[in-house]
Amino acid sequence: MTELAAAPERRWSIGNLEQRVQRWFWRRSRRRAALSLSLVLFIWQFGATSAGWLGYRLPWLGQLPPPADVLVAWLDLALEPSYWLSWLASGARVAMGFAAALSIGVPFGLLLADFAWFRGVAHPVFELLRPVPPLAWVPAAIIFWPTQELSIAFVIFLGAFYPIVINVLGGARELDVRLLQTARSLGASRWQILRRLLWPAVLPSLAVGMEVGIGITWEVVVAAEMISGGGSGGAAAAGGGLGFLIWSSYVGGSYPQIVVGMASIGLAGYASSALLRWVGTRLTPWRESDT
Amino acid sequence: MPALTSQRRGALRLDRVVKAYTSGGASVLAVDGCSFDVAAGEICVVVGPSGCGKSTLLAAIAGFHGIDAGTIHLDDRVLCAPGRQPEVGPDRVVVFQQGALFPWKTNLENVAFGPIVQKRVRRAQAFERAATLLAEAGLADALHAYPGEMSSGARRRVEIARALMMDPAVLLLDEPYRALDALTKSVMHEALLEVHARRPVTVFFITHDLAEAVFLGDQVVIMTARPCRPKHVLRVDIPRPRTRAVLSTPRYEELVGEAAALVSEEARQAFDAGDKEHWA
Repeated sequence: MTELAAAPERRWSIGNLEQRVQRWFWRRSRRRAALSLSLVLFIWQFGATSAGWLGYRLPWLGQLPPPADVLVAWLDLALEPSYWLSWLASGARVAMGFAAALSIGVPFGLLLADFAWFRGVAHPVFELLRPVPPLAWVPAAIIFWPTQELSIAFVIFLGAFYPIVINVLGGARELDVRLLQTARSLGASRWQILRRLLWPAVLPSLAVGMEVGIGITWEVVVAAEMISGGGSGGAAAAGGGLGFLIWSSYVGGSYPQIVVGMASIGLAGYASSALLRWVGTRLTPWRESDT
Repeated sequence: MPALTSQRRGALRLDRVVKAYTSGGASVLAVDGCSFDVAAGEICVVVGPSGCGKSTLLAAIAGFHGIDAGTIHLDDRVLCAPGRQPEVGPDRVVVFQQGALFPWKTNLENVAFGPIVQKRVRRAQAFERAATLLAEAGLADALHAYPGEMSSGARRRVEIARALMMDPAVLLLDEPYRALDALTKSVMHEALLEVHARRPVTVFFITHDLAEAVFLGDQVVIMTARPCRPKHVLRVDIPRPRTRAVLSTPRYEELVGEAAALVSEEARQAFDAGDKEHWA
């Protein structure tokens, strides 16, 4: 009867993957997404080429490189390893900063939630520093840290750290008193309450905090790369990251490439949020029925 | 399987219990001079006007807070006395009104939680017994479901199974069926009586529902309005096992009527007193 402890498999199998992909693709929301995206592309193309159609440039849209040019620039770039190295550089920075934010932010949030004396000491400092935007830290970070890479990672860390801590703290505060009383009356020790009550209670809001945090991370990495000149790679752009790609495209006057850089960041951010959402639902299987 | 009935335990004796708390700077007497006995294995139902302090009494027995005067005994042991650090214990398990199952644990894990955290038994053994209790509660199919996936009636049954898992001397139920609809409620009553017949644990049951009180209880303690003390103790002499057939007997109706008269008298007094206080 030892298997009783293990819940039956809830995981999906590779076997029905094709079906699942098809179902995913044909859902109504996907069709709507496809429609809205193509509409945006159409308006963009129309507006960007308005000089030819209408004889004058539409404001704003007329300044844009048309999507077709962007696509061509994208294909060109995709053949160059430096483009993919930019992805790698920015992705590695985000991953490093985010991992640091997670591994420091979660214990910090739990300490704030569970220990009144720690909250008394640390919370005022935390609240004082929180409104300082991560980008305002860039000069200080450059001075603090020996390498530019570390300074960028630090600024990214700050971007994700605050939302993670705030959400962990908020989740812990929402823990129902009756659950605490029940756990105590069932004989749980202080450590067990932390591990078996506080931790799972915090997970749903931690998932939210991670999603918010990763978004800020991408905002920050781009700006930090623009400001710091892209780290060690410099003008070679390879080590510069996607932010530096945008900046150097601007400086070099290659406007389609700017848009490629922007779209790349959009994709990267979307993918990382989707990944974290997936992780979040894995971490909180009891909430599957809610959605 | 430990012998549950070999020696009857779980007799409660409340002796002139007083409990005050401060609210907005003023000291309010919640319980004053409250004395009554609950015999081991009895179902004692406590009814009284809302906010009279019944739940305060229950929380004191559970060990969530101390008392200011008097004593509460469980069998030969002093549970509560003034100046004594309140102590929660697995011998007195509370089932709350809105339910307090751990949402992130399956039913089985919820029920097995107590013995596992106490490391009293091996995990496998705890799960096995939890599965037995859940099966007895009619939930053999829902072992691995999460509480959020179940009806509120089923959740309450899981919760009672979790409490019984501790082999408690006293089961403390604070309006456990309040949020349930009438149909579910009647099913739950019979389920509780069935469980109680199988494992005769002392039950301390708070409710507003007099029909429920008389149907379930060996004695119904009708409380005065704040401060709370027994106004009248009604012995329910309807033999067990009780089934729904009891509900249409004259004796049952008579007892419910008697309880209703006592409660409404008390409620009216409380209402008048409240009014006076308000206009003074």
